[in-house]
Amino acid sequence: MSRQTLGVWGSLRATFGRELLILWRSPGDIVNPLMFFVIAVSLFPLGGDADPTYLSGIAAGVVWVTALLAVMLSMESLFRSDYEDGSLEQLLLSPQPLYFHLLAKVAGHWLMTGLPLVILSPLLAMMLALPDEAYTPLIIGLLVGTPTLNLIGAIGMALTVGLARSGLLLAVLVLPLSIPVLVFGTGMVQAALAGLPYTGLVALLGALLVLALSLAPLAIGAALRISVN
Amino acid sequence: MWQWLYKLGSPRHFYEMTTSFLPWLKGVTYFLLIVGLVWGLGFAPPDYQMGDNYRIIYIHVPTALGAMWIYVMMAVMAAMHMIWNIKVADMVAKSSALVGAGFCAVALFTGAVWGRPTWGVYWIWDAKLTSFLILFFVYIGVIALRSAFDSETSGSKAASVLTLVGVVNLPIIYYAAVWWNTLHQPPSELSLSSQGANPPEIWIPAFFTGFGLIGLVFVFVIMRTRNEILWRERRAQWVQDLVKQEAGRA
Repeated sequence: MSRQTLGVWGSLRATFGRELLILWRSPGDIVNPLMFFVIAVSLFPLGGDADPTYLSGIAAGVVWVTALLAVMLSMESLFRSDYEDGSLEQLLLSPQPLYFHLLAKVAGHWLMTGLPLVILSPLLAMMLALPDEAYTPLIIGLLVGTPTLNLIGAIGMALTVGLARSGLLLAVLVLPLSIPVLVFGTGMVQAALAGLPYTGLVALLGALLVLALSLAPLAIGAALRISVN
Repeated sequence: MWQWLYKLGSPRHFYEMTTSFLPWLKGVTYFLLIVGLVWGLGFAPPDYQMGDNYRIIYIHVPTALGAMWIYVMMAVMAAMHMIWNIKVADMVAKSSALVGAGFCAVALFTGAVWGRPTWGVYWIWDAKLTSFLILFFVYIGVIALRSAFDSETSGSKAASVLTLVGVVNLPIIYYAAVWWNTLHQPPSELSLSSQGANPPEIWIPAFFTGFGLIGLVFVFVIMRTRNEILWRERRAQWVQDLVKQEAGRA
């Protein structure tokens, strides 16, 4: 009998594929954050002022803040069902480095939940009368920023997955830590509207992403080991 | 030295050592605070621009600095707890969280009270104010996470991880806030920046209250840690002996 062992790359692909497949088979986990995104954004003209000049001033901030909240609400599907059916324990026991498993898992999750948010954002920005020159920085910012939000959210989710009701606690933990991404992301749009270059801010967002990619999986792993116990 | 540090890791030894040490610390702390406050509030000369309003710095600045350094202390303790599994370190971290949140709240409150007469508003979204508000949120998050767990060990490990994540993130938040603020509005010029121009009659009382409040941090943290030790070790023989002894004395 020969033992087949997967290399790091193989395990990374397997985890990634599994994450995509699981999310694909539960469309609610993909659609609900998007619906939340659309509905929450549409509340601002209703609750505030439908005047386009007012809306264009707050458009980028509203899109960014609601995207941040939507990412946070989508985190539940990252670990919850795996925790309940025991596959999270198997992941922690696997001989391949946990770091790469988690990186693949978060990447797969971002592709299915974060990327749709980015794709949908120009439509919502248009409904909020965002000026033309601000679309490119908004989309680039969300593209670079949402993976960081996913990684930070995954730390919070990993810390709270063992608790029965974690929704509000997750918000308390994750939102303060997400502020730099929000500040740089909306800053890009403000800079573009003022006619200033925003490449420096893209670089800062990229630096945050690299930092999160290199450190967050370690924190997620430590947190999962505590939660699974 | 190492022996001494090593012994501090034992809850019982920590308790016994602080029993003899705490009265002295309290005495020095109260002396510094009373001298500093009476001097600062009663006798230091008024500022030529802000009049008597500035006197709140004797509380505001030390609590603000304290709120930041308590987080650093908490993070060091969390790291010690994670790496060497030292229980006392975790108890100190738990005690520090609430004290840090309290100092943060006092710094925010005194800042608002000071801001009203000098800036004309209680609150502005200035970088310093904003990053302190976020620091306060992070403290609240650590406290909330720990209390959400039923199991003591899981709660303390989770809080340690979050504390360490926070210590990586807080400098970034601070610089993000500084950058963000400078785009929207010019930074408010605090007269503190001209500390060097202030005469000794003004800054010496601040020296007293500063050290007094540092002492107060340690008094609070040590007292809370001692309670925590008694609670977690409540089934140990030495704690039960201690309780019997106290009951006999009363």
